Amino acid sequence: MGGAMQAQGTIEFSSMSDDTLQATISGSWKIGASLPSPATVLTRLEADQGIRDLVMSASELQGWDSTLLTFISNIKRECHSRGIRLELQGLPQGVERLLHLATAVTEKKDVLDTGRRKSFLYVVGKSTIHFGTSTVEMLSFIGDVTLTVIKSLGGKASFRRIDLLNLIEECGAHSLPIITLISVLVGLILAFVGAVQLKLFGAQIYVANLVGIAMVREMGALMTGIIMAGRTGAAFAAQIGTMQLNEEIDALKTLGISPMEFLVLPRLLAMVLMIPLLCLYADLLGILGGAIVGVGMLDITLVQYFTQTQEALDLTNISLGVFKGLIFGIIVALAGCMRGLQSGRSASAVGEAATSAVVTAIVGIIVSDGIFAVLCDVLSI
Amino acid sequence: MSRQLEKKDKTPHITVSDLTMAYGDFVIQKDMNFTVNRGDIFIVMGGSGCGKTTLLRHLIGLKRPVKGKVFYGDTSFWDVEEEERNRIMRRCGILYQGGALWSSMTLAENVALPLEEYTDLSPGDIGEIVSLKLAMVGLAGYEEFYPSELSGGMQKRAGLARAMALDPEILFFDEPSAGLDPLSARRLDDLILELRAGLGTTVVVITHELPSIFAIGNNSIFLDGESRTIIAQGDPHKLLAETDVPKVMEFLTRGEAIPPVAKGGIWNRMST
Repeated sequence: MGGAMQAQGTIEFSSMSDDTLQATISGSWKIGASLPSPATVLTRLEADQGIRDLVMSASELQGWDSTLLTFISNIKRECHSRGIRLELQGLPQGVERLLHLATAVTEKKDVLDTGRRKSFLYVVGKSTIHFGTSTVEMLSFIGDVTLTVIKSLGGKASFRRIDLLNLIEECGAHSLPIITLISVLVGLILAFVGAVQLKLFGAQIYVANLVGIAMVREMGALMTGIIMAGRTGAAFAAQIGTMQLNEEIDALKTLGISPMEFLVLPRLLAMVLMIPLLCLYADLLGILGGAIVGVGMLDITLVQYFTQTQEALDLTNISLGVFKGLIFGIIVALAGCMRGLQSGRSASAVGEAATSAVVTAIVGIIVSDGIFAVLCDVLSI
Repeated sequence: MSRQLEKKDKTPHITVSDLTMAYGDFVIQKDMNFTVNRGDIFIVMGGSGCGKTTLLRHLIGLKRPVKGKVFYGDTSFWDVEEEERNRIMRRCGILYQGGALWSSMTLAENVALPLEEYTDLSPGDIGEIVSLKLAMVGLAGYEEFYPSELSGGMQKRAGLARAMALDPEILFFDEPSAGLDPLSARRLDDLILELRAGLGTTVVVITHELPSIFAIGNNSIFLDGESRTIIAQGDPHKLLAETDVPKVMEFLTRGEAIPPVAKGGIWNRMST
């Protein structure tokens, strides 16, 4: 466009006779310039209902691109619907050919009816049905996994040991840094919250009880679960979803290798093996975080702090936390694998699978944690 | 080149009868009937989006037909237990459109997996077979490469090596020459002919590459996306010579032999 200034695109009207309107297009019609909209022509046509012929001439045109094409096809369509004859004069040859190209094949109407507005009832019904089918899918997935696990307990399962080892490394060792950071901080936060209140009663030493019990029973498992959902669950969904996209899963299936055994089982196993350890590790570091506050701000000695913690905790608390962690881990692994296997065959579908794996896992974790809380209360654990 | 093998006895290998394929209510193809004979190189052709790959998915057990049957020999593929279906599929090799190599494994591991699953061979023997298969597709020495380290054409050839791992009786190819340069595509065609000549493999090729169709095919079906069924079948050379279906003629000649009457909009034929 650089170089000489071109006159802006304009359109001028002149009446040739009672029922014929001439529109002259001139100047440069290119993207970015402020151009007359098709509405100017339409208002002109509205204003004079007697017009039967529209003659459009473009002999003065200096430059054009697709904006001119859309302008003319708009006018063309409007004229057609109003029964006005449109005559195009002096259009550059390129414009004519492109217009012809765009109108040669009539729009297909029967292909898909997506994008049309649906009624409220339709949407509600559709999502209800969708909810129903996805629940059934989830249940059947869990059933499938259970059968696969039972089957693999008996004989050999067909996955590669190296895959399992890699997954264990991925789930376990590689998660340590983030779990360290989050657990220490959660321990610190709990200690701060407790310290402010307990100081009022001169009972600072009980910060150790608060942090210990909260970490071991609740926060250790919960935080580990949520971190694993965001880290490993999403990774599972993305890996399996991409395999779906590349037809790798099809290649497994047609070879008679069950994706359940080959992909889901090692992931589940790696998670089940690693998450109790991660959970214990998180507990320990949370307590350490609490100790930092206790020793640094509340004048408790390190020995005092740990003796107090030791007295507060018993095996029941610890095993409850680890057990919860185990359940959360299973939820994360299942959600990740399920969403991955359900993934569609496009890049955005893989992204959605990862997102929905995380959402499913976190919802599952929180709901089951709630159930645990009620159960513990009822059973007075 | 393909004619010399027609003298063979024609025994049906895959028979499709009254097959209807659909996604939900949307029918892709209906009333399909055809037979793939032993030793055939059978071409499934048709325009983009007419259901060629969907047909493949029905033949290899990935999608259940809405109606109709698929027979492997005398066995009705979709009426038997899954175990039996897996057993049939074990005698088939499939080359997917993008190769579909397992991305977390090296080429050698990819080719070895079927052998590890279904044979009692020692790791040493498996290693030798793997090297042989990779050498057959021109990838000797690439055993320890991961799929992502290879070009598209090499991935496809490695996919073929994997498909051939268990010496299948039937090989399926989904758009083998898509994304390959003309020379590689030609070499793949030659490889298909060699395999058929050497092992007597039945080959089913899904393609719309005209040079391939005429170079290797000795039987074919033409799927039409508009009428949603098979509108022609037979040897592609004979189809070219004898067909009276304009669409098939147009397809096989790249639109050159279209009668002037049909020259309408530019999408039917260039009008200028």
